[in-house]
Amino acid sequence: MAEREYDASSHAPPAEVGEMELVHPRTFIGKYIWSQDAKVIAIQYGLTATAIGLVALVLSILIRLQLGFPNSVSLIDPASYLQHVTMHGMIMVVYLLTAILLGGFGNYLIPLMCGARDMAFPYLNMLSFWTYLLSVLILVAGFFVPGGSSGAGWTLYPPQSISPGTPGVDGGIVLMLVSLAVFIIGFTMGGLNYVVTVLQARTRGMTLMRLPLTVWGIFMATVMALLAFPALLVAALMLLMDLLLGTSFFMPEMLAMGEITEREGGSPLLFQHLFWFFGHPEVYIVALPAFGIVSDLLAVHARKNIFGYRMMVWALIIIGVLSFVVWAHHMFVSGMNPYFGFLFATTTLIIAVPTAIKVYNWVLTLWRGNIRFTVPMLFAIGFLFTFVNGGLSGLFLGNVTADVPLSDTYFVVGHFHMVMAVAPIMVIFGAIYHWYPKMTGRMLNDTLGKIHFWVTFLGTYLIYYPMHFIGLEGVPRRYYAYGETTFISDSVQTLNAGITIAAIIVAATQLLFLFNLAWSYFRGRESGPNPWQATTLEWQTPHTPPRHGNFGDALPVVYRWPYDYGVPGAKDDFIPQNVPPEAVEYLDGAHATGKGAT
Amino acid sequence: MTVTLTFLALLMAGFVAWLFSHSVNVRPWVAGSSETARRTQVPEWVTAPRMGLMVLLATVTSVFTLIISAYLMRMEMGADWHPLPDSALLWFNSALLVLASVALHGAWRAARQDAVERVRHLLIAGGGLSALFVVGQLLVWRQLAVEGYYLATNPANAFYYLLTSLHGLHLLGGLVAWAKVFRRLQRGGEPARLRSGIELCAVYWDFLLLVWVVVFALLLKT
Amino acid sequence: MAMAVALIVLAVGSVLFFLFSPWHLTPLASNWEAIDRTISISFWVTGLVFLAVTLFMALALVRFGYQKQRRSRYEPENKPLEAWLTGLTTLGIAALLAPGLFVWGSFVSVPEDAHEVEVVAQQWHWGFRFPGEDGTLGAARSSLIDAGNPFGIDPDDPHGQDDVLVENPRLLLPVDRPVKLILRSKDVIHNFKVAPFRAKMDVVPGQTSYFWLTPTQTGEFEAVCAELCGIAHFAMRAKVAVVEQPSFDAWLAEQPTYAELESLEPADPDAGAERFSACVACHGPQGEGQQAINAPRLAGLDRDYFTRQLHLFQSGARGTHEADRFGQQMRPFATSLSDQAIRDIAAYVETLPVTPTRDTIIGDAERGARLYRTCASCHGAQGAGMAAFKAPRLAGMNDWYLVRQLRHFRDGIRGRHPQDGYGNQMVDMAQILIDDRALADVTAYIGTLAQQTAASNVDATRTEE
Repeated sequence: MAEREYDASSHAPPAEVGEMELVHPRTFIGKYIWSQDAKVIAIQYGLTATAIGLVALVLSILIRLQLGFPNSVSLIDPASYLQHVTMHGMIMVVYLLTAILLGGFGNYLIPLMCGARDMAFPYLNMLSFWTYLLSVLILVAGFFVPGGSSGAGWTLYPPQSISPGTPGVDGGIVLMLVSLAVFIIGFTMGGLNYVVTVLQARTRGMTLMRLPLTVWGIFMATVMALLAFPALLVAALMLLMDLLLGTSFFMPEMLAMGEITEREGGSPLLFQHLFWFFGHPEVYIVALPAFGIVSDLLAVHARKNIFGYRMMVWALIIIGVLSFVVWAHHMFVSGMNPYFGFLFATTTLIIAVPTAIKVYNWVLTLWRGNIRFTVPMLFAIGFLFTFVNGGLSGLFLGNVTADVPLSDTYFVVGHFHMVMAVAPIMVIFGAIYHWYPKMTGRMLNDTLGKIHFWVTFLGTYLIYYPMHFIGLEGVPRRYYAYGETTFISDSVQTLNAGITIAAIIVAATQLLFLFNLAWSYFRGRESGPNPWQATTLEWQTPHTPPRHGNFGDALPVVYRWPYDYGVPGAKDDFIPQNVPPEAVEYLDGAHATGKGAT
Repeated sequence: MTVTLTFLALLMAGFVAWLFSHSVNVRPWVAGSSETARRTQVPEWVTAPRMGLMVLLATVTSVFTLIISAYLMRMEMGADWHPLPDSALLWFNSALLVLASVALHGAWRAARQDAVERVRHLLIAGGGLSALFVVGQLLVWRQLAVEGYYLATNPANAFYYLLTSLHGLHLLGGLVAWAKVFRRLQRGGEPARLRSGIELCAVYWDFLLLVWVVVFALLLKT
Repeated sequence: MAMAVALIVLAVGSVLFFLFSPWHLTPLASNWEAIDRTISISFWVTGLVFLAVTLFMALALVRFGYQKQRRSRYEPENKPLEAWLTGLTTLGIAALLAPGLFVWGSFVSVPEDAHEVEVVAQQWHWGFRFPGEDGTLGAARSSLIDAGNPFGIDPDDPHGQDDVLVENPRLLLPVDRPVKLILRSKDVIHNFKVAPFRAKMDVVPGQTSYFWLTPTQTGEFEAVCAELCGIAHFAMRAKVAVVEQPSFDAWLAEQPTYAELESLEPADPDAGAERFSACVACHGPQGEGQQAINAPRLAGLDRDYFTRQLHLFQSGARGTHEADRFGQQMRPFATSLSDQAIRDIAAYVETLPVTPTRDTIIGDAERGARLYRTCASCHGAQGAGMAAFKAPRLAGMNDWYLVRQLRHFRDGIRGRHPQDGYGNQMVDMAQILIDDRALADVTAYIGTLAQQTAASNVDATRTEE
């Protein structure tokens, strides 16, 4: 299928496709450890992110134990509680979600979906993973230094984060900041690859508007990350200087442990501006790849073209661009000039429009489709539901007035877990069930997959939906215990216990998923090259799993967009991207010249 | 944040305009159309290394504009800002960096003419001048420290050390790339790849010169 | 099908949960009903969208499940539909945003007639300052803070002299009068939040921030910290009582001004020594304590803590709980003392030597060390106490007394009284000592700290010789 004649008259020669020099390693170490193959690097990224994600999952259970059953576990004191909260947040946002979506799926899917042999700079790509691994190890080292990891909250607000008395100020915070800097350097190496590969190494006929939305999502997220992560880097470097070298970028005239410090003039708000200048785009750095992937999952499993492809692409671009001018909505009650509230509330609510359009288009993709309720499809629908819920609660928090009583309460915790934790995780699970057959040649077990889905979907909803309401009552976040606070009703404690039990069940179910991954690798049903009957190029490779170089002798040539499902008159209900118009079989036996032009 | 936002606005405007020109009036669901394929591929002169460098420079620019934004905000916020004195050495260092950039451009031109000896001499000159620049910057640090302008005494000092050390680190990174190109030259590498390497170095040096000019102007003005 | 049912159940269930859950906004106690209104508008709009989208999705799942013969409809775009949806969404968003922005407009403009109160935050308690008769708060800086000037007021600023200082974490506000709360932090970022008031704002060191409100309900409310500020963040509370204007005026008149505090006669340890003779019978000649009659050691206590406790005994905030038998014995002695007498005795007690105590409690000091990590954030790594945190010395105190008091705190026998703000905090913190073994362990560890201190004292005397 892939070897089609290259027709010089109808296609301009692409810039560098096919001339790429690939390193062909022979040893095991060269193939699987120091590999320059994007697919191996993707799996390395995925495994590392999963491992560190499991650590964060355990931390979240410890947090929940304390909240659900206060002071029943003597292991958790106020300091370690905050340390767990901090590490859980930081790991999940940066080291799990960002790494697995961009480093994992980006590496696996970009070259395959664009029809490239590999990333543009394979050596740099390899360095990217090893730098990422180094950053993870530095972060983990924070658990073992005296004083433990930082307990400043993942937002690391100074002065608290670097003041004496804060847990981890003796070493944990340094390791965390250094680890972030290393992560950003590693990510930049990978990010260069993703951007250049998408722009440069697309195969013949793969025009921008024929790219699968997965690639669009990862591409836009990478562009944003390359511009936003520097803000975190700058903030981390300046914070390190404040901590280690005694500068006063962020440190005002203040006391520490009751003693007057040498600092003066610095501004804690400056840090917050830098942090959220990264932090808000970061939300979309995680969300956009998920948006892209879920679009493809929905199209494939509903056997229908994605509705409003051009609108979807432009919504991604607009969200990406706008996300750089909304950061201060995290700071409505931060003590900044309150007049900024007008501006940032407006920009924030404007960004809801393209996001809503995406939701409509996903739902309209289901409408009049031919929906297969496969495990990836279940997760995709789970994403839609969760994302709609989380997105709508965002309208409360983005609207500056409603944010005042709700900020720093469990409403916020519920909101961002719904929209930024559960929703992307649903997509990640769906994507793993979807592409696992391509990665291994075997299907994941369906029954285990369905159990995994239902427990995760219902369980997480039970965990996070009620949190909004205790937040409405005013229950503050990042509290070790609630003591006798008068405005908090006693029933909150009962609810917290319930949430904790749900959390433990959901967490335990993830072990089932890991078991499924391992078991199916050896015992899973053989999948064949294209089990889902999908159109995109990764399913058209001559080998499954694809070998080094992806496409055998000749690169595929692309003749159509990736959403030719249910094409009227065609014999099959899907036409792969590399099938030329003249090769399409029609029901009446006649060749049509084109179709669907409006 | 105005500086950063202006930079991002310009960058995004270009990027979005480019995307727009490649997607407007495209009907993606129409199969096999040859014109769409021709129009949307990148022009041939945009090679992967060139594009990679551009993306890298955009990222690095983001780093520097953010620090400059922070610089301007911090300057406004505290009443404790005392600018550093100008040093004659800084002018001398700037001249070194200009010359290094000129030398690398010379090397690039020579490489296009396949004048291997001239390439070698100009490369050595470019690298040497850059190394001298780094040494010169270290001397300015020493000079400042001797005069009592320590890192922690004042935010202006802290920003000065932060900006110059980041600039210096980027230059050192450039010197690593320079060393790789030079080694390739010594081993008689393929001329096309050599040309590409020298070109990237020259562009990167131009960029660092530009950053230095902006940083230097900022330090002089405030 | 299962998925469609699940979606319908979840959507309807969510709405029912919203309607019938016991958790809602606390009853409003300020003028900000507009904030509540914005929240309910948001609930209605988002709730409708949520139901519409979810139910439409469920319908799609029911109607378009997989059938082998059927084809999905090939429809790349539908421009009019997309335009309609975009337009409607934009309208909906505007409808949400516009009222919000109007309310924000009034949130940022403080009424002319608002009176000012400064809220001063530090790890982990609150203080308050009123501008006094001249109506202007004096200049204040963190670098001027010391034991005698806890608010860091600039002594050269005439506006500061008449500023009324409230060090106790209890604030009174007059009902129905707009108040502008000016927020200042001594150390890290905090957030002053009273849930029924709705309005809140971060308290940022190095600058001031503000917000305003009009309390509309009398009663006592709880202020909490809503921005992570360290390990006792969860225990950083204050009381805000909204009262009628006359009671407010009376209360304010009782509070000392900065000038009054400055001109207070210094405490006299010699006078204190004389008065101390009344304490000797139980607490011993050197204030070393007597276990036999359950009188704890006094030597080693700082004057701030000592004075505060005697005042608490006087007011009945301590020593009135029926389970606190020995506290009840202390009360009559405390009530017999004048303010000046208490200050003098406190000054004398500071001069008493700290001699080693005898261990009476057996515990695992190693386990205790881990527990003590939490205590150390206020009482210091060496247990010497830290005035800034209002935390008394622990090292060198009688271990039997520590165990009893910790148990009292944990069980709410001591520290529950609304006037005992720091005791409230200790009640929260003592919860980490989940059983008697933990109590014994942490006390045993504090015992080792005392020995270290004693040993180093001995070393110090030796070197002097």
